[in-house]
Order: sequence, then structure tokens, then C-alpha cells
Amino acid sequence: MDFTFSDDQILFQDTVRDFLVNEITPERIRASWDSESGRDDGLWRQLAELGLTGLAVPEEFGGLGMSELDFVLLAQECGYVALPEPLVNSALVAAPVLAALGGELAAQWLPRLAAGEARVIAGMERNLVVEDAHVADLLLLARGDAVYALTQGQFSLEHNESVDPSRRLFSVAIHDGIQPVATGEAGAGLAATMLDRGALGAAAQALGLARRMIDISVAYTAERQQFGKPIGSFQAVKHHMADIAVRLEYAKAPVYRAACAVSAGRGDIALAVSHAKLAACEAANLAAKNSIQVHGAMGYTWEVDLHIFMKKAWALANTWGDAGFHKQRVAGWIFSPQARLGAGETFSR
Amino acid sequence: MHLEYTQKQQAFRAEARQWLAEHVPAQPLQTYDTEAGFARHREWEAVLHQGRWTMVTWPEELGGRGSDLVEWLIFEEEYYRAGAPKRVNMNGICLLGPTLMEYGTGEQKSRILPKMASGEEIWAQAWSEPGAGSDMAAIRTRADRRGDNYVINGQKIWSTRAVWADWCFGMFRTDPDSERHHGLTFILVPLDSPGITVRPIPQLDGLPGFAEIFFDDVEVPVANRLGEEGAGWSVAMATAGFERGLMLRAPARFQETARRLVELYKANREAADGDPAIADAVIRAYLDAESYCLTTYQTACRLDRGGKIGAESSTNKIFWSELDQAMCATAMSILGARAELLPRAPAAAGVGTWLEDFLFAQSGPIYAGSNEIQRNIIAERMLGMPRK
Repeated sequence: MDFTFSDDQILFQDTVRDFLVNEITPERIRASWDSESGRDDGLWRQLAELGLTGLAVPEEFGGLGMSELDFVLLAQECGYVALPEPLVNSALVAAPVLAALGGELAAQWLPRLAAGEARVIAGMERNLVVEDAHVADLLLLARGDAVYALTQGQFSLEHNESVDPSRRLFSVAIHDGIQPVATGEAGAGLAATMLDRGALGAAAQALGLARRMIDISVAYTAERQQFGKPIGSFQAVKHHMADIAVRLEYAKAPVYRAACAVSAGRGDIALAVSHAKLAACEAANLAAKNSIQVHGAMGYTWEVDLHIFMKKAWALANTWGDAGFHKQRVAGWIFSPQARLGAGETFSR
Repeated sequence: MHLEYTQKQQAFRAEARQWLAEHVPAQPLQTYDTEAGFARHREWEAVLHQGRWTMVTWPEELGGRGSDLVEWLIFEEEYYRAGAPKRVNMNGICLLGPTLMEYGTGEQKSRILPKMASGEEIWAQAWSEPGAGSDMAAIRTRADRRGDNYVINGQKIWSTRAVWADWCFGMFRTDPDSERHHGLTFILVPLDSPGITVRPIPQLDGLPGFAEIFFDDVEVPVANRLGEEGAGWSVAMATAGFERGLMLRAPARFQETARRLVELYKANREAADGDPAIADAVIRAYLDAESYCLTTYQTACRLDRGGKIGAESSTNKIFWSELDQAMCATAMSILGARAELLPRAPAAAGVGTWLEDFLFAQSGPIYAGSNEIQRNIIAERMLGMPRK
């Protein structure tokens, strides 16, 4: 039993955090809102140079061959800066699906993903729309039990505007005559892989978003004065922030545990992932609610950066399975006759 | 990171499980808030001590097993699974014990810890005073040095277990000219000392779980001082750290409550589903109890590898106390009209211990530093928000 990250994992996290905090500033995100694609090929190549796009790509395809456990702390940092690039999707969701599909498809696309020459995007029906489908060189799309691997020219897109200008969302129409690459049991398995990894990625990002909103709000309330004092000195304001810190502190371990379960391929993946997603998104939603409150009217403006992070948190809570979906999965387990609950069972599943 | 138990840990679990199966009383003991129940719980501590299970993290020469924190968590899991009695000496083994190991002299350790471990001496805490609750630095009870003794005058209140305990520990003002957290000294006091009057205070259930302690020229040898004179505040803060930190409330306790809540819901599902919020609260209870377990394992593993516990430990006390309150409130909602009935009432079928649990859960956000104080600590020390 060792519930700690290795020194190497922490070091990698620190390196990636430094890079992202320096590069992905709120100003840069705002600038991306005005660009047509909202995405930056130069940045994507930089992420590839750090090894991030190929982190989970097997070494024989030019990646680092690392696991979801290695990626989870990095996904957290992607959330901290509200990274607009589809890194979590490509590296944590699409790459493992592609590797599982194997064959020609994997051999063709995994090296390009690792090298930063291509973006591979995973999407599924449950999400209604596909984020970043417009920059997908390869689009892995799950519809029911069918999984499609689509290249440019095999699908058409319709843009759906989001309240979050960083999020570029599309309805996807598959052109007639295109056949899925997996169906039946195999397709369903891949779709489940996609959903669980997508939810894990959203949960990890939610942790980072919650932390960022705390940091922004602590800084603002130390500066803003009323009644001759910083408003952060008032207990009512402190307690709003402490409430977020408590929920966040207890959401981390479930996310890391889920990452551990996914990377080990253990049988309790669905339960662990749903727990992680619910806990992390609840923390992030509370962070948004209390952060806007302590910002007062400023928090309700376009000008203050808080909304960059709030809107992403709100959106992530409802993608890759909303709270209702994940609670149903948990309920399916705890209310079933074979459920093993109580003390000493946490690590036995 | 790997989340599987080692063979040694599995063997430890198996040993604990077998011992508990052989020794846990078949019938639940009467509550330790009665004189007879207190005596039975004291006997149980002696039984635990014979099996070297009083405090597995203690060194072997003190009757422990030198366990790390993960083994402690495993033992607690087995203990709660087995439905073993509540621990009557928690104030001693969880709060004073670790502080003694850090600040005590060799003489104090060898004099006090073995009797604490065996249950021969049960400890009460004596922190609060009528004018010093959340504001503990407002302590006024005096301990004046006279030769080799301190002479104590004043009053402590909300002293858990004090009615039948043998000793109490607390902070006393040794410098009459001092203010706030200066001039306080940590002193251990035998409760049978001449000049002590213990007045029981009935709790919500009518039983005297805590008490007032009046000190009237109570003489205590200087040898019963823990740490330096005037250094009581820093010694006490270490105790408070242990209290709200890991050891006081093991996750197993709340995981068992969550399990019972799921069972209660399943057994009463038709009625419970009349309020759709109940199923949601049950799911949440299960998940939060799991979160508490996972997070505690994470902290335990970090500490076992030499890490330190910091201000984030204040999140712990808020999390478990509010979880416990929420779980018990949900159980009361499921029980509906039965919820207020004492278990012996004729119409109280299937109420279990929920009423007792619910009442006790109301105290969680108050004792060991109210949750408001914890939130201040989190905001100021963990998040760096301004004090003024």
C-alpha cells in the first residue's frame, strides 16, 4: 500500500505547471477567443516537445509509454490554467482507445500524435457535441456500440456556440457509407474506455480549476478593502473559501485512486471513476459559486478572469457523464445485493 | 502508487480479525456514561491490552506493536467491523499519549503510559472553562507554585469522561500577570486529589458524559507538569493537532455508519423513496465516507514516509463531523415517526442505535475546536488569508 506519487511524478508535475502557468495566461486565452479555430498549432507542438501528447502512447510508437497515473497530475495542471488545447482528450482518452484499436490505425496515428503533428480527438454521443472536432486530424467517435475512426472528408461539422468562448463544440454528421472500426462487444468496450477516461480527465481538471479559483479569490479578497480592511479578513468570506478547501482536499484522493484503478485495469474502474468525477466536480462547482460570491459584482463581469475558470468548471461537470449518470452508476453498486460496503472493503474491489 | 496491501499487512489484518472474533463481547456493553458501563469498558481496555491492541502504533515496550499508520488504519477497520466496544480512554491514548511521548520526561512516560495502556488509569480532558471555550487562551484557572507543588484554583467545564475517570489533563495559568497564551502550563491532575469537586453535566441523552471540575486549593506535585512552565500553549497545540488530526476519528467508524445507512435505506426503501432526497443523501454518505477513507490512507502513507501533517488537518475535523451529522440526519428521515422513539419503546422496531448516534453527531461540529474555528484556521494558515 503506497498512496503517494513518486518523486519523478511530482517533478514532472512541477515542470508542466511552470510551463503552463507561464505560457497559458488569461491574456492568451482571451486572445484565442478572437481567433477562428481558438487553437494554436505552435502551442500543440510545444506540448508535444514536453512529451505530453505522447505521454500515454506506447514507446514503439514514439511515445513515453506512461500511464493514466502519470498523467493525472498533469491533467490537474491543465485545469489550473484552463488549457484550451485538447491535450487531456488526446493523451488521456484518444491515445488509449487508439492503442486498443491497434493495427494499421494505431501505427499510422499514434506516432503523429506523439510528435505533435496531429490531434486525435475522442467524442461520444453522451456528450451531445464533440469538443475540438474542428481541429481533429483523426476523430474517434462512439455512437452506441459502434466506434468510428474518421479523417477529414469523412464527416461534416456544425458549430455549437458555448457560453465559454474557449470551448469549441460541434455536432458531427458522418458521411454516408462510412463503416465503424469496432462494433458489438468490442465497440461497447471501447466506448466504456472512452467514457471512463474522459470522466477521469474531467475530474482531474476540475481539481485544478477549483484550486485556481481559490487562488484567484484569496488574492482578490486580500486586496479589496471595505470597512477599512481587506474583505478576506472577514469570517463570512473566510468560511466561503474554507468550505471549498475542505471539499477539494477530500476530492483529490478519489481522483488519484481512480487513475490508479484505470491504469491497473482493475475491475472497480466504473465505481472509482464515478466517485472521482462526482467529488471533483462538486468541489469545482462549489469553488465557482463561492468565488463569484466573494468577488461581488466584479465576479459577474467579463473583465475579471474568474469566469474563464468558472465556465470551464460548470461545463466539465456535465460532460463525460453528468452527476445523474455517475450517481446512478454508484447507486447500481451500493444498492445491489452483492455490494461489499463498510470498513476494510475500500481496496478490496 | 500502488493500492494493494502487502502480505505483512494482510497477515496483520488476519491476526486482528481472529483475535477480535475471539474476544469481542457477544452482547454490546452498557454505555460508558453509566458507572457500571464505565467499569465494563475499563475491563475491556485491559483485555485489549493483554492482546497488545490498545494502541498498535505505540512501541512494544509500552504494550503496542510499533505499527505504522497504515496498520493502524487496518486495525481500526477490523475493530469497527467486529462491532467492538467504544474506547473509554480515547482522551488518554489518542490525545495525551502522543503528547507525553513528545514532551514527557522518562519518569513521566514510564509512570503514566503503561497504566494508560492497560486501562488502569482513565483520562479526562480539562480544557474549557466557563469563559474559555473557542477562545482557549482566555483560561483563568490558576496554578500557583508553592515549593514542589502547584496549588490549583478555578473551574474547568465540558470535561469528557471526568465523572468516573482517574486523571485529567489541561492548561492552567501559572503566571498570574500573564495574558492570553503566555504564562500557561500543561499539568496532569489526579481527580481524587483533595479539593476537587466533579459535578456531572447530563448530556442530550440525560447521561453524564461530561462534567464540571472545581479546583479548591488542589495541590499537585511539580512532577506532574508536562513540558516547561509557561510553555503550556505549545504543548496543548500539539495535543489539539493530534485530536483534530488523524487519530481521533478513524475512517472505519464512518464507513460502518455509511454501511448501516445503506442497509437501513434498503430495508425501508418504499417509504424512504417518498422523499427523493433520501436516496441522494445515502449515495452521498457512502461516497463521502469513502473519500474520508481514501484521503486518510493518502495522508497516512505520506506520514509513514516521513511527511508532516499541516494546517490541512483542520479540513479533517470539518469533513468527518459534518459527514456524521448528515448520515445520522438521513437515518432519522428514513425512520420517520420511529426516529424519536427510545429503542426500548414498543413501537421502535428496527431503530437500532440511530437515535443515540444522531444525538452524539450533534456534538461533532462543536467539540475538539468548533468547526467555525477550524474554518478560520484553514482560511488563515492553509490559504493564507489575512488575520486582520
